[in-house]
Amino acid sequence: MSDQSRADIAVAKFLEHTDSEAASFFEACVHCGECAEACHFYLSTGDPKYTPTYKLQPMIRAYNRDKAPFSSLKKMIGLAPSKVTEEELLEWEPLVYDSCTMCARCTLVCPMGIDIAGTIRKMREGYAAAGMVPEGLQSAAEYVEKTSSPMGVTIKALKAQIAHQEKACGIPIEVDKQGADYMAIFSSMEIMGYPEVLGAYAKLFKKAGVSWTISSVAYEATNVGVQIGSAPLAKDILQRVVDAAEALEVKHVISPECGHAYGAIRWAGPNMMGRQFKFEVVHIIELLDKLRREGKIPAGKKDGRRMTLHDPCQIIRRGGLLKEPRSLLDDSCSDFIEMKGAGMASFCCGGGGGVSANPRAEELKTAAFGLKAEQLNSVENLETVVVPCANCRTVFEDGLDAYELDLEVIGLSELVAETLAED
Amino acid sequence: MSFIDFVEGPLYYVAATIFVFGALWRVIGIIRIGRKKDISPPKGSAALGFFKGNLRHFFPRGIFARRTWLHIVGGYGFHLGLFGVLLFAAPHVAFISDRITGFSWPTLPRWGFIITAEIAFLGLIVLWVRRFSDPVMRLISDWDDHIGTWLTFLAMLSGCFALGESSVFLRATHMLLIDIWLIYFPFGRLMHAFTFFLSRGNTGATYGRKGMNL
Repeated sequence: MSDQSRADIAVAKFLEHTDSEAASFFEACVHCGECAEACHFYLSTGDPKYTPTYKLQPMIRAYNRDKAPFSSLKKMIGLAPSKVTEEELLEWEPLVYDSCTMCARCTLVCPMGIDIAGTIRKMREGYAAAGMVPEGLQSAAEYVEKTSSPMGVTIKALKAQIAHQEKACGIPIEVDKQGADYMAIFSSMEIMGYPEVLGAYAKLFKKAGVSWTISSVAYEATNVGVQIGSAPLAKDILQRVVDAAEALEVKHVISPECGHAYGAIRWAGPNMMGRQFKFEVVHIIELLDKLRREGKIPAGKKDGRRMTLHDPCQIIRRGGLLKEPRSLLDDSCSDFIEMKGAGMASFCCGGGGGVSANPRAEELKTAAFGLKAEQLNSVENLETVVVPCANCRTVFEDGLDAYELDLEVIGLSELVAETLAED
Repeated sequence: MSFIDFVEGPLYYVAATIFVFGALWRVIGIIRIGRKKDISPPKGSAALGFFKGNLRHFFPRGIFARRTWLHIVGGYGFHLGLFGVLLFAAPHVAFISDRITGFSWPTLPRWGFIITAEIAFLGLIVLWVRRFSDPVMRLISDWDDHIGTWLTFLAMLSGCFALGESSVFLRATHMLLIDIWLIYFPFGRLMHAFTFFLSRGNTGATYGRKGMNL
């Protein structure tokens, strides 16, 4: 692949992904710079290059040169922008992958309502097609191709974790159960780092009287294709889950406590596959809230520790599940307190959108976590933080260590299971 | 034909035509690019989200106010002042009534015009100073931002000079700058006056489908 052709491939993808929505964003941006004031990477470093709209510049240039309504006229009179070069694309690559978690906080402050996060996702399509992807993400993609998991989690490893959890909670967990109400998928990090979530599901669904299962061929929710920006890879990963769920004839697929996985299957999924699924996608938080409201998983004795909630961007800000986790926490915790700035505009952990899988971004990620640490420090005598996203949890564990904060990090499903009413 | 007749006559009609058709061409051009239909099962209304997105982004969020107050003050001051002057200055109402609408409406008293214009000038100056003094703004600004700002500033300034209507030259200068402003408008970032509703609306529609209340 020649240098020129790499730039051409990327630009062709930029243009292909510049639909009328992206075009409206490019045309409406007035360069007001407000987005910088919302970006955790700019706020934590003070470096203007982390201004969100600046990260889009190569894609905007390509649009203005080749696709904008007056581009032909401007080319004719020599006023069109110059071609995007490979050098520029390489210069921007860390901005596109290391310094954007696609958290969409910038959209909230933008007077034009520009969805920069969604446009970065489209821009990454160009980078992925041209083979300009950070090494960490590339390795994750290679693991997925071999094992279906970005961490290389095999079915043997999953079955071992299931066996441990069955023993711990005393409830059998059925794999490949035909016709189950729900099929659960998990992120690799949950399976290997927080396997107690399997036991929590078993306990909660037994109490609710719903049948559930885990597929032996499609148990992974993480979609590296979405993080890298490769639609073909994202579709392949999704296809495994869709095929397994439809073969098992389940009614629902449960998206786990993992940020981007929910958007990947719930909102982008049918569009990637070009059809609607034969099952419904439900987020675990959404499902638990529904079961709670239906009285199927009544709350018991509340946890008395002083707790707060981290709002994972892809679940709360971009996923629309703002009230559900709070409603569950109200029932499960007697001393729940919101962090300063919690909710729709809460800070990202700093490691979403593939940043945590990219070792090159480690320093930047830790700097961005400083803002989360400030939010946590705004709560006096805090003991525990509920983090309903496995990726955020790993970032929290590193970040709390870096900022010397002594807090316990727990998942929401585990908390709801632990505070379930006794029979 | 005198200079004033030229800038208020043929040049004005050419400028207004370029403005109308250029702006339409650009907005229609953006819409015509098209977009794949979203087939994910919705949780809410995209159409309602489109309108809510437009309304929501008119108002800044309190959580960002401490860091963005200067832009909020400058932005609101300039835009409110500009629209006040544009739509309620007596000479403008007379011009619009004579050339476009055929009817008029109440106008600002002279003192009201002066206050409104000062608010607009202060706002524009705040935005302009921020553009060249703030490191973020310096990095992201381009020639189009500066041309748009200067043209608007000069059009407003010449309008103030022409307010007394004591000098044909001053009125002609103001009209010439307005003609240039109208011709430039569809090709630069001044078009945000029309494209903002698409941008805010598209994001609002996406969030609306997800059943989110922004």
